Amino acid sequence: MATKVLSKKLKTQTPVAAKKATASERLEVLKTYKIYIGGKFPRTESGRYYKAQNANGHTLANVCLSSRKDFREAVVSARAAFADWGSRAAFNRSQILYRIAEMLEGRKAQFIEELCRQNISTTLAEKEVTLSIDRLIYYAGWCDKFQQVLSSVNPVASSHFNFSNPEPTGVVAAIAPQQTSLLGLVSVVAPIIAGGNTCVVLASYTKPLCAVTFAEVLNSSDVPAGVVNILTGKISELYPYFADHMDVNAVVFCENDADIKNAIQLKASNNLKRVIFYDKILWENIDAQSPYFIQDTQEIKTTWHPIENIGGAKAGY
Amino acid sequence: MATKNNTLKLKFDSARKYAPAPESKAAAKIDAKYDLFINGKFEKPLSKKYFATTNPANEEKLADVAEANAADVDKAVKAARNAYEKTWKKMPAKERAKYIYRIARVMQERARELAVIETLDGGKPIRESRDFDVPTAANHFFYYAGWADKLAYAFPNRNAHPLGVAGQIIPWNFPLLMAAWKIAPALATGNTVVLKPAETTPLTALKLAQIIQEADLPPGVVNIITGAGATGAAIVNHPDINKIAFTGSTDVGKIIQKAIAGTAKKATLELGGKAANIIFEDAPIDQAVEGVINGIFFNQGHVCCAGSRLYVQESVFKEVYRKLKDRLATLIVGDPLDKNTDIGAINSKQQLDTIHKYLKIGLKEGAEMYEAPCELPKKGFYCRPTIFTNVAQSSRIAQEEIFGPVLTIQTFRTDDEVLEKANNTPYGLSAGVWTDKGSKIFNMTTRLRAGVVWANTFNQFDPTSPFGGYKESGYGREGGLHGLNAYVNLV
Repeated sequence: MATKVLSKKLKTQTPVAAKKATASERLEVLKTYKIYIGGKFPRTESGRYYKAQNANGHTLANVCLSSRKDFREAVVSARAAFADWGSRAAFNRSQILYRIAEMLEGRKAQFIEELCRQNISTTLAEKEVTLSIDRLIYYAGWCDKFQQVLSSVNPVASSHFNFSNPEPTGVVAAIAPQQTSLLGLVSVVAPIIAGGNTCVVLASYTKPLCAVTFAEVLNSSDVPAGVVNILTGKISELYPYFADHMDVNAVVFCENDADIKNAIQLKASNNLKRVIFYDKILWENIDAQSPYFIQDTQEIKTTWHPIENIGGAKAGY
Repeated sequence: MATKNNTLKLKFDSARKYAPAPESKAAAKIDAKYDLFINGKFEKPLSKKYFATTNPANEEKLADVAEANAADVDKAVKAARNAYEKTWKKMPAKERAKYIYRIARVMQERARELAVIETLDGGKPIRESRDFDVPTAANHFFYYAGWADKLAYAFPNRNAHPLGVAGQIIPWNFPLLMAAWKIAPALATGNTVVLKPAETTPLTALKLAQIIQEADLPPGVVNIITGAGATGAAIVNHPDINKIAFTGSTDVGKIIQKAIAGTAKKATLELGGKAANIIFEDAPIDQAVEGVINGIFFNQGHVCCAGSRLYVQESVFKEVYRKLKDRLATLIVGDPLDKNTDIGAINSKQQLDTIHKYLKIGLKEGAEMYEAPCELPKKGFYCRPTIFTNVAQSSRIAQEEIFGPVLTIQTFRTDDEVLEKANNTPYGLSAGVWTDKGSKIFNMTTRLRAGVVWANTFNQFDPTSPFGGYKESGYGREGGLHGLNAYVNLV
């Protein structure tokens, strides 16, 4: 009797991908999908939720419908984390990104199962998860190399030593690709954090499950709290805040939606955010990864210092 | 104590005065009237309008200059598009390079003429236009010319394609140099150009147009059109422009980012600044004082990367302040054409009014003002070099870009404190740090959030050296390898 009541309750309130328990079977424990801010898993402060459904209309989970305030909290966390993350040894960031990949590898089955529940074939799900792992490994490797590729020593015509090197732009607000649950998010986040930025990411609205599970991976990978903050919710509601928050340095948008792109540019101009559109990228392709993605959220800093007694070179003609 | 070395002072108030050493105006041939440079020819404006450009040093009119309206802009863009499709993008890169080299060479040949006109039109000391603006401008063309056929080495694993037609809008503080910064990399990467100089300083850009004619550049590859804000807006809003490169105020930069929203136009924005210049107690104080003077009074302080906020470690504040005041007393403010002049004329009446407004604000906010005790010429727009002390971090004169010879001084005790103060600004264009300790230099230069950081020097520029800001000082870089990025699509 007791189990019957419980399963009935489940049907109306929470996900039903779970099996009903019969008298002899064990009842499955369902996961609560929450957002990820400052290394913690709160529910949205707004108390709102939406139902993530698979293609057949089955509810997979109740997911937080994040609010403006959640976003602002996340930016505060990201800003607080930036000083530490941005100034860490690149080698250390490299190891941490590698660690994320290790953790993801270990939980491959969970992600494949989660992707399958979101109506992707097992083959494609496997491909998406392994690609995501490999992409993290790829960017883990770049953490302490892209600086060398993007830097220059500049042969100025005066007695100065002069060099230019990339530095992270700061806090990046990114709206992840909506078509995939995991690969798009990983492909956007990895180059941002590999470059020493911190970020707030909005997950795919229709396929949010892997984003939240990925937050658990991040949480167990020595990624400092606040470096990656993951929200779930509606683009249409949240993009204005992503674009006009005055303590965000860059905004990334991955959908080919002319109206939203236009609006993001308009709002971003309030503090001259760097606006990055990845609306033509096929994330499963090999050219969806490169150090140029890291460069997109880097600033170039040029440093000068005099040198005594060299050359006598002057700007002459 | 009085005999201690650092209290010695040179006496400049003797009976000896500098004799006038004016540069001859003979080198500067200025026409009475200039038309728009479109498709390789000087053409009368469709607007039928002209405006006067004056010499800010004596308020005399130099020439009448055409005012391009939207129809003129359209004509220039069509010429640029045509040249891009039919000539420039098809030309072998090494030939493109040779054209750009030619421009550099003719500029070098006509350097004296350019320098004199730059000083007449803009008010900057002839020493600066002769030794800095003009040679550096020519060097930019020379540097970027060489890149034209070597782009494959600049972007590993990608092909660099030109963007198309670049609309470029430049300010009045370094008129010829800014034109070179913008045109040279655009041409090297295979783009064509519509450039608008500032309305108060159009003459050297128009001279450059003549040089481009002389270099026999294919018609339409570079078009130079004059006008004010409305002309600039017409360029920004023209639908057939692929790229906007703008140097100017942060306010206008924001307007441009808004204006190109929803289009495929790319932008490089090089905007305002409020650079911190930081002196530690272990700095070579005399060199630092020289650096501070150069940092804020170079080009009358009309420099987006000017070191306008001085931070001095408390223990050396008295010494630094005294030496700054002594040095201020030696600065010669006056005729820009005189080779002895350190500080020339303020670029326009409007800019002089802005500076005066800020001086009033500073006083009203309770800061103490010290002005150099120099005589100013009776005619023309001049401003005494000015220092404010007792300035609050929140004061408007410490937060807003004044764009004049006005320095604020604040003190600090620790590295962390000064970093906090220096970075506490929406701008992030440049910064300076003075100390003899290497590790401290790198601690500071790494943590200062600015695109150009000078250590134990200030206001250095070079064609090979990328320039551009963090935060609200804009985005994109000009100069060097990184400056190529702004004009290519990577495929």
